[in-house]
Amino acid sequence: MNNHEAVPRRQLIATLIVVLTLCSALLALFFSDVGAMSTLRKWMPHILKGFLLNIGMSAAAMALATGAGFLLALMRIARSAYIRAPAGLIIQICRNTPWLVILFAAMLLFPYDLEAAGYRFSVPGWFKAVIGLAIPVAANVADIVRGAMRSVPSGQWEAAEGLAFTRRKTIFLIILPQCFKAMIPPWMNWYSILALSTPLAAILGVQEVVGSTQQAMAANNSDPGLLVPFYLFVMLLFFLYIWPISAVTSRLERRAVFKK
Amino acid sequence: MFETISPLFTSLYETTGLNFNVFYDQFTFQQFLSGVQTTCLLAACCLSLSIIIGIFGAWAQQSRLSAVRIAVNSYIQLFRNTPPYVQLLFFYFGVGQFVPNINTGDGSVPLIDSFGWAVITLGCFGGAFNVEIFRAGLQSVPSSLLEATEALGYTRFQSFRHVTLPLAIRFSMPALTGNLVSLLKTTSVASAIAVPEITQICAQIWSDYYNVPEMMFVLFASYNILVASFLVFMALVERRMKLPGYYA
Repeated sequence: MNNHEAVPRRQLIATLIVVLTLCSALLALFFSDVGAMSTLRKWMPHILKGFLLNIGMSAAAMALATGAGFLLALMRIARSAYIRAPAGLIIQICRNTPWLVILFAAMLLFPYDLEAAGYRFSVPGWFKAVIGLAIPVAANVADIVRGAMRSVPSGQWEAAEGLAFTRRKTIFLIILPQCFKAMIPPWMNWYSILALSTPLAAILGVQEVVGSTQQAMAANNSDPGLLVPFYLFVMLLFFLYIWPISAVTSRLERRAVFKK
Repeated sequence: MFETISPLFTSLYETTGLNFNVFYDQFTFQQFLSGVQTTCLLAACCLSLSIIIGIFGAWAQQSRLSAVRIAVNSYIQLFRNTPPYVQLLFFYFGVGQFVPNINTGDGSVPLIDSFGWAVITLGCFGGAFNVEIFRAGLQSVPSSLLEATEALGYTRFQSFRHVTLPLAIRFSMPALTGNLVSLLKTTSVASAIAVPEITQICAQIWSDYYNVPEMMFVLFASYNILVASFLVFMALVERRMKLPGYYA
């Protein structure tokens, strides 16, 4: 058991070292007030505003992907092959295509403006990015749901049938409620991956953290001395946001392994 | 091959307006082919580098020196918890500016070009995950085997090289395949630093010829074929490496 206990502490030390190195390097430069750092300090609110959009986009995309993923998973176990087959195909394609390509597809093929209730309004880029990011995650969430449903003992299905539950009631009242706990760690893992993919939206012109960082650098005559501290700062932001999530995820995963 | 498919796609364009110009226009066809080649080469380099890093990292993680272990873990945490796209920008633009140019005779070129940086960055990114995967593989090698090697007088390195590693690789094959597929897909991010791989080439073609839906279809199909072929390849490797009578 000692062996298992050793892992988190080792990770903690490693992480502390990473954070301390990054922070102290930045802080040292930050307060020494040399050119690049005073620029970074000046532009930090702008960059942080961009980062807020990343968090917002990742939350919205995850909500969308969770809904769509459940739907796909339920389609996958439908009794009609006409529903099962397309769901399987969608999941397969979305899992085997790069996120960037799906993002491109969502950005370029989604209409630029929509008409609803007589009003025309243009679709903002971040909204299309949310859809583009949600698609591959939805396919993976569908797989998580399917795996979790499989791990429910088949006796539960049979017992429900014996109690004359309809199929819909069996799924919603008996099977799914038992799935949630097993789904949480992989779901969180996919959230981390999704959040780490949000900067891809910058390639398509969304003003998120990388976009605002590049804007800030361009506003300072694209001084090459800014490149290292600015990108390092973006990496630090993501690290500080994602690391706690992935630490909790691996802790939950380990706990689940112990229980088995 | 081009001669046989080009009339078909020309007539498809004339009858339906679907412009698959990569399949009937010689110039874009060549562009597309070079994009496929670059993606394959990029993927081969990134995947190989990530496997090498994974093996050495997992080996170093077992080191008796705590400094080495901490260094490896810091590397893993850093690359796993930051976006690969930002890593690529950081290395290509940030670190890349300090790399000297070399003179090739007819002009100076950077020592490491965008392709090289993509390989380094994505290789390190994928490698961080591979270290964890191989570590899990190493941990599942029964300790009785290591005791046996010790009894046979193997050195630490010999027992790693001849007993632990071959078994650990087999144990970690399923997880490794998953990570390599995701790394293969991540090579598309290299288009952001203008590596002329397939995503970059297709984006160039659809902005030149305004055939976004058609090229998008081609791009989706290309990646799905690539990933499917890679999965077949990995299944073959796994079957080839299977030890008779030994099931993990």
